[in-house]
Amino acid sequence: MNLTHLQLLEAESIHIMREVVAETENPVMLYSIGKDSAVMLHLAMKAFYPAKPPFSLLHVDTTWKFREMYEFRDNLVKKLGLDLIVHVNPEGLEKNINPFTHGSAIHTDVMKTEGLKQALDKYAFDAAFGGARRDEEKSRAKERIFSFRSAQHRWDPKNQRPELWRLYNARKHKGESIRVFPLSNWTELDIWQYIYLQNIPIVPLYFAKERPVVERDGTLIMVDDDRMPLRAGEVPMLRKVRFRTLGCYPLTGAVESDADTLPQIIQEMLLTTTSERQGRVIDHDSAGSMEKKKQEGYF
Amino acid sequence: MAHISDMIATDIEQYLKSHELKSLLRFITCGSVDDGKSTLIGRLLYESKMLFEDQLAALEADSKKMGTQGEHLDFALLVDGLTAEREQGITIDVAYRFFSTDRRKFIVADTPGHEQYTRNMVTGASTADAAIVMVDARKGILTQTQRHSYLLSLVGIRHIVVAISKMDLVDYSEKTFRAIVDDYLAFAKKVGLENITFIPMSAFKGDNITTQSDNMPWYRGTTLMDYLETVEIDEDRLQKQPFRFPVQWVNRPNLDFRGFTSTLSGGIIKAGERIRVQPSGRESTVARIVTADGDLEQAVAGQSVTLTLADEIDISRGDIISTTEAPAGVADQFEATIVWMADEAMLPGRRYLLKIGTQTVNAEIGHLKHKVNVNTLEHLAATRLELNEIGVCNLSLDKPIAFDPYKENRDTGGFILIDRMTNSTIAAGMLDFALRRASNIHMQAVDINKAVRSAQKKQKSCVLWLTGLSGSGKSTIANLVEKKLHALDKHTYLLDGDNVRHGLSKDLGFTETDRVENIRRIAEVAKLMVDAGLIVITAFISPFSAERRMARSLVDNDEFFEIYIDTPLILPRDAIRKVSTRRHGAAS
Repeated sequence: MNLTHLQLLEAESIHIMREVVAETENPVMLYSIGKDSAVMLHLAMKAFYPAKPPFSLLHVDTTWKFREMYEFRDNLVKKLGLDLIVHVNPEGLEKNINPFTHGSAIHTDVMKTEGLKQALDKYAFDAAFGGARRDEEKSRAKERIFSFRSAQHRWDPKNQRPELWRLYNARKHKGESIRVFPLSNWTELDIWQYIYLQNIPIVPLYFAKERPVVERDGTLIMVDDDRMPLRAGEVPMLRKVRFRTLGCYPLTGAVESDADTLPQIIQEMLLTTTSERQGRVIDHDSAGSMEKKKQEGYF
Repeated sequence: MAHISDMIATDIEQYLKSHELKSLLRFITCGSVDDGKSTLIGRLLYESKMLFEDQLAALEADSKKMGTQGEHLDFALLVDGLTAEREQGITIDVAYRFFSTDRRKFIVADTPGHEQYTRNMVTGASTADAAIVMVDARKGILTQTQRHSYLLSLVGIRHIVVAISKMDLVDYSEKTFRAIVDDYLAFAKKVGLENITFIPMSAFKGDNITTQSDNMPWYRGTTLMDYLETVEIDEDRLQKQPFRFPVQWVNRPNLDFRGFTSTLSGGIIKAGERIRVQPSGRESTVARIVTADGDLEQAVAGQSVTLTLADEIDISRGDIISTTEAPAGVADQFEATIVWMADEAMLPGRRYLLKIGTQTVNAEIGHLKHKVNVNTLEHLAATRLELNEIGVCNLSLDKPIAFDPYKENRDTGGFILIDRMTNSTIAAGMLDFALRRASNIHMQAVDINKAVRSAQKKQKSCVLWLTGLSGSGKSTIANLVEKKLHALDKHTYLLDGDNVRHGLSKDLGFTETDRVENIRRIAEVAKLMVDAGLIVITAFISPFSAERRMARSLVDNDEFFEIYIDTPLILPRDAIRKVSTRRHGAAS
């Protein structure tokens, strides 16, 4: 019996998750509400069936996600009967850090990177699952599946543990932790195909619909709530758009589209000519920016 | 992106249907620094239309800025990842790339060819079904080519394609190609590589990558892409091997369900089949093969499932479930091949953690039989292995495990060694075979045991392990302690430099290796004496905490007292006033 590439990827991800649960003391699953998180969570439900996944979900919130994302998150967690921890960086809240006044770099650093480190320290998680894939970005291509972090959450790309066969070394000292990427070997197309085949629920923002947007610096930004200050001359207009990637709404560009079914989304993705992360403002800040962020503790 | 297929635009659902059935091939590329590996991978990504327009635009810009190919696209830039590497112009680690065609998805492990990176190549090859060996047509078979081919045979890669590249720079000469083929075959025979395919190509110009080259009408064999799309995948082979299920995690959501989870490392299992749990040897029958998508009739190698059994038997993580017809071997001593991956050298006698399958045990590397010169394949006598060296040694574990020889099954025969102090992965290893001796030497259960012997002497036997710097007064104190104990009617023995170095260890010198071996012998003798019911006092410089830990692990926890003699250096050595003892502290 020949296994398909999706069956093999599924089996590998499940294997990784079980290893973490067997070998670490207090694992957690980072849940960002996006499509990769959706697949990762779906795999976790399979890995431990008939038991529930023996760990909590952690959402490091920036308070700037789309409203539909929050709604989707809360419904899903309730339906699956899982435990969700939401962490917002209290210092960031206090200083009202936001993408409009502070720009994407500071907002991301304070609300995401710092927020994540705070949450991992606060609950003493020694392993955290993340939905990153190696095909997303060049520095991800070299990261291990079990990616070791110092007590200061730093990643040292020059000193990674060799990863052989299906053997993952999960040993670490107190205070150190491991980021684990069970979707390392999936590509964007694999993710979409799997969502389609397995009928996995995803946030409706991925599907095209008329939404209020403004065009800002060449990017379509959705006016999701009244916290968004409009510039002179900007009037939100209704356009049929969808999102290829989901993050903080002021930092996530929409694309005009008619794709409102999964096959259409996949079709659009296969025919389209710009790569996935282009919709994210974060990667354009500086060359090698993802690698730097990762060394500092970003997922 | 993705390969262009008209079906995407005209009938996406049909397209998706056909792509559900793709298989997955993992392969590794290896070659010397300038053989054009990165260029080839970049070319494969490009040819399978896996590049987005923005990536192409970035590539064009980068090619102008940093490229080494003049006006042309420098495909290597697509592949070289981290900033530091891009500046140096070499890749320094293992990177994984992805592309797919209509028939297969591919995962490429890209590893550098530089000499000191044996470690990376072995890592990349460990998960590969096939390998591409790059040979520069202008240079022919180099020492590095031979080394890489040896490593591929060591890791057990079953399908090799030798890509003879840069044919455009030798005028597409058939004669050059043939000469390289002959050279390589002669070498391959020595290392035992089989199933070798040779393809003349130019990654830069695109000859014989996806279409047959008009420049080389004399070659009508397979193109590289055809080869990759049709070569056998290891899972297919593994399904024909005996069933192996290394238990990962016991799933017990409630009192009514007790399942054993794992990914099948080999073979096929069906509900109702008779199984044996190893190493315990208990037997039962598979009741159900449970998955979230419903129970399965059968599961095959590569699938992750949960088994339930007909009987309640004791099974835990690390056990292997096999069929009763073809069970795995069980042993605690092996001959193994080791690839050393740490800066700190491997020393025989040291203890390491060994992880194999889902099991982690204590392992001691015994006699190092030889190391291998990876360039000449010569066997050399050695007492230690340095970074990137490969050796064959005896390995003894603190308990028996179920296993297969690595040649038969990578998952049940491949292991890593972990440093107990730093937790780093310091070596990869392959079990060659179990040593006969191991399964025969069973601990003889005796009626007169340690407890009985100690009781007769009205004492509790133990080790007082004195450590400290040279001149700290260890021997003086040890002597005084023994006198006091003797006066109390206790039965003691003092092991010190005088009675050990002149006899038991007189063949040893004072190199690091010899010191480690000396301490190991002392620890083993101390263990026997504790078993005999004695209070053993040792007074040696034991500078390595790994050896002290080893000594401690030989006896029970409450039988080992590590005593560090901390004498301030300003005091004369015969005026010892301060002795601090620490039961668990580490001496320097």
